[in-house]
Amino acid sequence: MRVALFITCVNDTLYPHTGQAVVTLLERLGVEVGFPEAQSCCGQPQFNTGYRHETEPLVRRYAAAFHDYDYVVAPSGSCAAMVRDNYPRIGAKAAAEGRGQELADAAAEAVPKTYELTEFLTDVLKVTDVGAYYPHTVTYHPTCHGLRMLGLGDRPRSLLAAVKGLNLVELPGADECCGFGGTFAVKNAAVSAAMGADKARNITATGAEAVCTVDNSCQMHIGGTLARQGSTVRPVHIAEILASTEGNVW
Amino acid sequence: MPAFPAAADASTRNTQLRANLRHATHTIRAKRATAVAELDDWSSLRAAGAAIKDRSLRHLDHYLEQLESAVTAAGGHVHWAADADEANRIVTELVQATGEREVVKVKSMATQEIGLNGALATAGITAYETDLAELIVQLGDDLPSHILVPAIHRNRGEIRDIFAEKMAQWGRPAPEWLTDAPADLAEAARLHLREKFLNAKVGISGANFMVAETGTLVVVESEGNGRMCLTLPETLISVVGIEKIVPTFQDLEVFLQLLPRSSTAERMNPYTSTWTGTTDADGPRTFHLVLLDNGRTDTLADTVGRQALRCIRCSACLNVCPVYERAGGHAYGSAYPGPIGAILTPQLRGVQSELDASLPYASSLCGACYEVCPVAIDIPEVLVHLRERVVEGGPVSVRGTRTVIKPAKGHAAERAAMRAARWALDHPRVLRTGQRLASRTRRFHPRRLPGPGRAWSDTRELPKVPEESFRDWWQRTRGESGTEGRKTT
Repeated sequence: MRVALFITCVNDTLYPHTGQAVVTLLERLGVEVGFPEAQSCCGQPQFNTGYRHETEPLVRRYAAAFHDYDYVVAPSGSCAAMVRDNYPRIGAKAAAEGRGQELADAAAEAVPKTYELTEFLTDVLKVTDVGAYYPHTVTYHPTCHGLRMLGLGDRPRSLLAAVKGLNLVELPGADECCGFGGTFAVKNAAVSAAMGADKARNITATGAEAVCTVDNSCQMHIGGTLARQGSTVRPVHIAEILASTEGNVW
Repeated sequence: MPAFPAAADASTRNTQLRANLRHATHTIRAKRATAVAELDDWSSLRAAGAAIKDRSLRHLDHYLEQLESAVTAAGGHVHWAADADEANRIVTELVQATGEREVVKVKSMATQEIGLNGALATAGITAYETDLAELIVQLGDDLPSHILVPAIHRNRGEIRDIFAEKMAQWGRPAPEWLTDAPADLAEAARLHLREKFLNAKVGISGANFMVAETGTLVVVESEGNGRMCLTLPETLISVVGIEKIVPTFQDLEVFLQLLPRSSTAERMNPYTSTWTGTTDADGPRTFHLVLLDNGRTDTLADTVGRQALRCIRCSACLNVCPVYERAGGHAYGSAYPGPIGAILTPQLRGVQSELDASLPYASSLCGACYEVCPVAIDIPEVLVHLRERVVEGGPVSVRGTRTVIKPAKGHAAERAAMRAARWALDHPRVLRTGQRLASRTRRFHPRRLPGPGRAWSDTRELPKVPEESFRDWWQRTRGESGTEGRKTT
């Protein structure tokens, strides 16, 4: 089983700690992982803002970087969803515009092997108890792309429920978007901020010490809003919780 | 009308509006979820609804001609309107031919879309809205802000004041005992409207569905005002978008389950009125059907965007949309607010105006709208497709002619930034250099960003740039001169 990490540009640049947690976790579970350095961004900011053509080199790069692997694991629901949902569209449109089948083939190859981290743990490795220890009260925010595009369902919650010492509290309005939405946060700043403020208030009201997500980009928005509100709740990626053990709380 | 972000900026600061909308949308969304969960074949119904609509749209020409024949054979008259002006002219002339100066109206999105009331007013004809919420909007000299509940932005106290102040100008005044109790408000509206129903000689409606094989039109409603308008006047004029067609009467079986549960969270709507041409000694003596295009065939020509024409105007997407909930319906500047409006309006009107070009961006792409849509319109897919049209231009159909439009104005800087970012991302060494530069200068990073980034840092703390990127950490700890780490074979 050849497993590659797709660490994503946001994780790589701003949240390397999350990527390190993914490495720690997967290696603890006996998976040997590779990090092909030719990898880059999935192209989501460009695609979702309307610059589909700008994403094409990144689709090609993704396919080439992970060509030799059986599985690609990403600690990001939205980046995994970008590959799974939108790469086929990008490939099909390029073919329809008369630029040949090459991109469609590259996209088709990338789709089936791309997994979000919690999917990989539960569906491929078939584990829900990863032997983690995290003695904190945590609430879980299911990010939109993980929830609706990937259909992660109960996977993240069942992984968290199996963590020793972790007290999982329900988040009111959990299924509602936090308001990040990539360039939406800048283009419609007022609405994005209003959505974020409501989400942050709901999180704080749970009394949790930490809010867990499967996506650092949503976490950046939620964490930034919480911090501005003066809340002490810390945003934490699920990989960081799952990587924690009794000897080493992440 | 300002672009969406500016309009939404103002409405998000209106705390009363936000409270009204939050209360209303959260109540209805919870009820809808319960009503939908009662049916174990909902996903099959949804797929059937989408399939019937797609088939109707694929053969739209055929079904419309079949409908025209059936309506005519049943004693009705069919008129074809290419755009709003033509539709308004046809309806105005039909009303003028009756000699009447007043008409009663059933709530209709098509007549909102074309601005029929204004056109009739210009010709000296007064149109009375008879749906309770439309009445509130009309008396308040306001605009609708929701597809199903046009006065959703008003609370009971505001409605009481509007009735007390304005009803007298439009007919029977509000009773002196009027309070803000729902039963009182409903009774005041009932007394006010009853006069209109009984005096009206002309009724104007839209339709939820048109059945091609029988020439039958269908209106579903909750209040009974529609039933009054559709049966009491001597002349009935129905203005209907051409996409409202379904091939057979049996197809209604699917939609009369999908629509009420999605819109009002009811198992069945209280009133379902059907009419087929004219019938001796029952209902209107004269029936006119105005078939409205107004950008619909151009929308049909777009292979991705055409799915918006499946819409049955249930408004489930509005009620779950976090953007609609904060921005309110008026910010969309169209009869169609919310997620469906954000994809329908820029297709019906084009993306030339600043407002219309901003609508495809009025979404965080959270996907809640797609999840609840009873005819499975992939609204996020169409939003992204229309964003591409805004920033890159491309082929579109305008009044039936294929043409290529230029990108909308004001995206040059963004386009340059997207290209530059893509170039850096497609050159990992450049990316790494940028990351290292950001890390080394991390102590000098401002708390507030300049330029477009200000929109971020005004309300959120920026993440701190780490000392070392993952890429560098991997290379330092696992890398063998930049090659991959350990792998199994």
